[in-house]
Amino acid sequence: MSKRKYLITPYALWSIIFVIVPLFLLIIYSFTTTKDGKTVLSLESYMKFFDPLYVEVLLRSFRLAFITTIVCLVTAYPLAMILSSKEFSNKTIILILIILPMWMNSLMRTYAWMILLENKGIINNILSFFGLPTKQFLYDEGAIIFGMIYNFFPFMVLPIYNSISKIDISLIEASHDLGANKFTTFRKVIFPLSLPGVITGLIMVFMPSLTTFMITRLLGGGQVILIGNMIEEQFTRTNNWGFGSALSMILMAIILMSIIFFSKNESLDSGGLI
Amino acid sequence: MDNFIIRIDNLSKTFADGVQVLNNVRINIKRNEFVTLLGPSGCGKTTLLRILGGFEEQTEGDVYFEDSLLKGIPPYKRRLNTVFQKYALFPHMNVEENIAFGLTIKKVDKQVIVARIIKMLNLVNLQGFEKRKVQSLSGGQQQRVAIARALINEPEVLLLDEPLGALDLKLRKNMQIELKKIQKKLGITFIFVTHDQEEALTMSDRIVVLKNGQIQQIGTPIDIYNEPNNAFVANFIGESNIIDGIMLKDCLVEIDFIEFECVDSGFTEHERVDVVIRPEDLQIFTNQDGRIKGKVTRVTFRGVHYEIEVMTQYRTYIVHSTKLLNVFENVSLDLEPQDIHIMHKEGPDE
Repeated sequence: MSKRKYLITPYALWSIIFVIVPLFLLIIYSFTTTKDGKTVLSLESYMKFFDPLYVEVLLRSFRLAFITTIVCLVTAYPLAMILSSKEFSNKTIILILIILPMWMNSLMRTYAWMILLENKGIINNILSFFGLPTKQFLYDEGAIIFGMIYNFFPFMVLPIYNSISKIDISLIEASHDLGANKFTTFRKVIFPLSLPGVITGLIMVFMPSLTTFMITRLLGGGQVILIGNMIEEQFTRTNNWGFGSALSMILMAIILMSIIFFSKNESLDSGGLI
Repeated sequence: MDNFIIRIDNLSKTFADGVQVLNNVRINIKRNEFVTLLGPSGCGKTTLLRILGGFEEQTEGDVYFEDSLLKGIPPYKRRLNTVFQKYALFPHMNVEENIAFGLTIKKVDKQVIVARIIKMLNLVNLQGFEKRKVQSLSGGQQQRVAIARALINEPEVLLLDEPLGALDLKLRKNMQIELKKIQKKLGITFIFVTHDQEEALTMSDRIVVLKNGQIQQIGTPIDIYNEPNNAFVANFIGESNIIDGIMLKDCLVEIDFIEFECVDSGFTEHERVDVVIRPEDLQIFTNQDGRIKGKVTRVTFRGVHYEIEVMTQYRTYIVHSTKLLNVFENVSLDLEPQDIHIMHKEGPDE
C-alpha cells in the first residue's frame, strides 16, 4: 500500500508545476497592479471588468455558447438514440465518422471551413457557377456558432450515446409491459436514465464554447469579440496581464459555479465521461 | 372452450439465424390456473413467455387471449404483466414510484394509487418500504417489488420468467409458498417459467415439459412425476433409473432376464421399451428376499435419506432409503408392479 503511494508522485509533480503554480500566478496577477514600476495589491483589474463594454462581451459569449450547446443537444440526442438502438447495424461506421475528425487538429479543420466558406471560397464558387447569388458566410455570429457546433458536436453525442446504450433493455420492456407506449417510455424511463450523459455533454460543449478564441478569430475574423479573445488580447497585444488574469478568474468562477449547479441536480458518477 | 383464457395454437418460432426455438406448441391455459413451463436452458420456454408478453413475434401459429388474437398487439395494450428474470426495477425511482408506474401511466387518481400501493406492499410483505431506493434492497425484496409492480395493474395473466432464479435456497422456498398464496388469493392465471423441477412440482397446477422447442408432456405434477411420457421427462423430473426392458405381453416386462409384473399395457409383444423406476420406489433388502441381486458400491447421506448405489451383474441402480447400509454389503432389490413405469423408446429424431 505504502509503495503504491509513491506512484502518484509524477502526477502530483505535474499538477503542481503545470496547474497549481500557474493558477497561483493568475491569482497574483489578477489582484495586483504596477504603479510607478512598483507592484501593489489592487482590485483595479476586477473593477475594470464592470465596464459595460466588457460585460457585453461576456454576455455575448454566454449567448453564443448557450445556442451552440442547445443546438448540439437537440441534434445529438436523436442521433445517440438511433446509434444505440439494437436494430441499427451501421453504428460502427457512424461512430467512426463522428470520431474521425477529432483525430485532426481542430485548427486545421477550422481553416478548412474558412476555405469552404470564404467570399471567394469553394461554396460561393459553386453557387456562382450555377448562376446563383453568392453570400457572405464568414465573419458574423452565425459563422462562429456554426464552427463551434461543428467542433464540439462529438462531445455531446458520445456521452449521451454512452449512457443510453448502458440502459438495460429489460427496463424498456418492463415499461412497455406496464402499459407505457413508446413516447411515455422515453419520457419516464429512457430520458431520465440518460441524464448523466446529457449533463456531461452539456458541460463538455458549453465550456469550450464559452472560452474559445481560435474559432472566433478564424471564422469571426475579428468582427465578433468573445471573452476568450479578450483574454488572449490582454496577454498577447495590450500586455495587461493583470486584467487578463482577472478575466480568466471570473470565467473560471462562473464555470465552476455552473458545474456545481449541474452536479447537485444529478449525480454524474453513473454517466458519460466525467 | 370459454374456460380457456389463453390458447396457444401450433406456435412455432424460428430466429433470424435459422435456429428453431419453438416447434408446433399447443397449450390451452385455464382461468386461475398455475401453469409452469419447465425445461432445460434453450428449450424455448422463455421465448414462449416473451411471445405471450409481446416482446417477440412467432413465425407460425396463433395465440388467443379470450378468443381474440394477440398477434400484432403491442405489449402495452395486453392485459397481462410480466415479472422479469432480473426484476428490471427502474433504478431512478423508489419502491413506491416503481410499484405505481403502471397506474400513473393510466392516470389513476392519486389517492387510489396510494391505497393500492399499501395493499400491494401488504400482499408482498414489504410494509413501510415506500420511500426506499430499489438499489438498497436485497434480491428477495427487489423480487417482491417486481411482483407488486406487476400485480397492482390487476392483470388477468401474470407471466413470471424464472423469478426466483437469483435467490438463495431458503428464500426461494419461502417465495415459492408466498407466490402460490398470492396466486390463490388473487385468483389470477400464473404462467411460470423455470428450469427447476422441484419448483415446478411444488407450485404448479399443471406442468408443461419442453425440450428443444417441443412439448414433451403436459400434466399435473403428480401425473408428470408418476407417469412420465418418455425417458427425457422421467430423467428431468427427479432422479430416475432408466433401464432397457422388453415388454413380453400386457402387464409383463422383462428386465435383465427377470420377469416383472407391471400395470402398463398397449405395447406390441417383445417391444423394446424404457423402464423408469424412481429411486425411492426400489425396496432394498439386506438378505436375498429381493429378486434383483447386487452389491452396495457407494452410500451418500442426503439428509432425509441415503442415496445408495447398488451394482448388479448388468447395471447400477440408484436407491433412496432411510436404512444405513455398508459399502460392499450384498443386498437385493425388489419392485411393486405399480412402481414400474414403461415407456416407448424415443425415436432418434425426438
